[in-house]
Amino acid sequence: MTPVEPITGLRARHPLEERPACPAPQPIVEVDRLSLYYGEKPAFQDVTLSINKGCITALVGPSGCGKTSFLTCLNRLTDLITGCRVSGRITIDALDVLAPSTNVIQLRRRIGMIFQKPNPFPLTIRRNLEFPLREHGLQDREQITQTMEATLRDVGLWDEVKDRLDSPALALSGGQQQRLCIARALALFPEVLLMDEPCSALDPLSSGVVEDLIVSLRSHYTVLIVTHNLAQARRIADYAALFWVQNGAGQLIETGTAKQIFEEPRDPLTAAYVSGMRG
Amino acid sequence: MAKTLSRLQNPREWLALVFVWGAAALVTATFCWLLGDIIRHGLSHISWTFLTAPPENAGRRGGIGPILVSTSLILGVCLAVSLPIGIGTAVLLAEFTSDQSLFGWMTRRSLDILAGVPSIVFGLFGNAFFCKTLGLGFSILSGGLTLACMVLPILIRSTEEGFRAVPASYRLSAAALGLSRTTTLVHLLLPAAVPGLLVGLVLGVGRAIAETAALIFTSGYVDRMPESLLDSGRALSIHIFDLSMNVSGGDANAYASALVLVIMLLAINGTASWLATYGLHRKVVTV
Repeated sequence: MTPVEPITGLRARHPLEERPACPAPQPIVEVDRLSLYYGEKPAFQDVTLSINKGCITALVGPSGCGKTSFLTCLNRLTDLITGCRVSGRITIDALDVLAPSTNVIQLRRRIGMIFQKPNPFPLTIRRNLEFPLREHGLQDREQITQTMEATLRDVGLWDEVKDRLDSPALALSGGQQQRLCIARALALFPEVLLMDEPCSALDPLSSGVVEDLIVSLRSHYTVLIVTHNLAQARRIADYAALFWVQNGAGQLIETGTAKQIFEEPRDPLTAAYVSGMRG
Repeated sequence: MAKTLSRLQNPREWLALVFVWGAAALVTATFCWLLGDIIRHGLSHISWTFLTAPPENAGRRGGIGPILVSTSLILGVCLAVSLPIGIGTAVLLAEFTSDQSLFGWMTRRSLDILAGVPSIVFGLFGNAFFCKTLGLGFSILSGGLTLACMVLPILIRSTEEGFRAVPASYRLSAAALGLSRTTTLVHLLLPAAVPGLLVGLVLGVGRAIAETAALIFTSGYVDRMPESLLDSGRALSIHIFDLSMNVSGGDANAYASALVLVIMLLAINGTASWLATYGLHRKVVTV
């Protein structure tokens, strides 16, 4: 296993822009014939997909077609599930994700994840951000404080919480908790951010705030977002991929730019899904 | 109350209400009567001298000083051994073995059976193993180790429940942030599992401190001040048993000793629940 490099310094941070553009297509994540089984039951099979750097890719499709399972392969959270088997190949910037020798701790620092339900730790707001940073080797108090402030500003939470950093994170509202979780992930400087329906457990207002935040991440981070909200996918995504259950397992039906998927779908299933006739 | 009563027009609901209130009242009344009896007979005998002086004339006169020391030492040995083993096993069962694994199943079943084994059996085991095989003789060490065996099943099972009560999302989000299992365990799961640990501790210590049968065969009867852990020492519960069953005219001191035992138990329970509510807020902050 390669040793974990500690976070020693801060990368140059640019405040997130309002509506940054998606850069020219340059694959960062390559998924090749990926399949996942829970015991004997396949969750999805033979998914081949490449994710472009600095863009927002939306995974859409009905429930139970393997979108979330697909995300958890990328940061190997699947390791935590007993009886779960993954085959195929995933590379992230030449790193072979599924290789047994890959350091998962380092991998998960490069690939952050946001869950459907906000899940801050039952600690103070400050400790929620400070604790993962310290665990990844950042000990300098000054740098920790700077990173904390910068990421909280990035997610638009700084003004709301700067006077109560030492109060419990669980006392925040749902939307604030979710933004804190995003800040916590961003504090580790991930390259890729996996988001599993990050807005679906939030009220419409908070959902809008988080959605705007996701848009502002474009070009700074590569975002892969699972969403059931087609309108949202249409608003924010640069690329889209449609998953569907066929022959008892999730399959990737069609992938392309969001514009193409939503306006000129090639597959009849995609056409039916995006027009609201199915799914 | 009036609102509740007006809703209860069905006679069967009345009956149910009378039954549940009656049952609760019966339990509370029994406890109060017991406590009242002990306080009434024991309180007047308790004094600083009683708590510090050695027993005289087989305990009819004098105090319980050496007995309190022996009791604390036995409890200390018991906790020093059972806490690390208990937490370790609970962590293994809750975090590192799957629900389906044969090892986990067998360990859990054995613990559940052990938890129900009569204390006299533990006493005989302790006598055979610690006193004779290991050659520790009748000693505070033997007694403490025997109690540890007795307390462990309760402690492990409730600590394990404490770990299982921690939401799975903590583990997932910690893993997704690239935190190691050890870090997650020490900084997140352990503090969150403390309430379960404390419940086990209170139940376990309660069982240990009140134990008589297991200690008669292991820590012995001697009511002198112990000089080391290898000396025999008389526990408070044995002292009460001896005074009330074997020593005529020892009732007054038996009551006073029983009152001290009850106060100790209440103090331990109180400390544990205080710890659960306030002492750990610095570590884990929920709303």
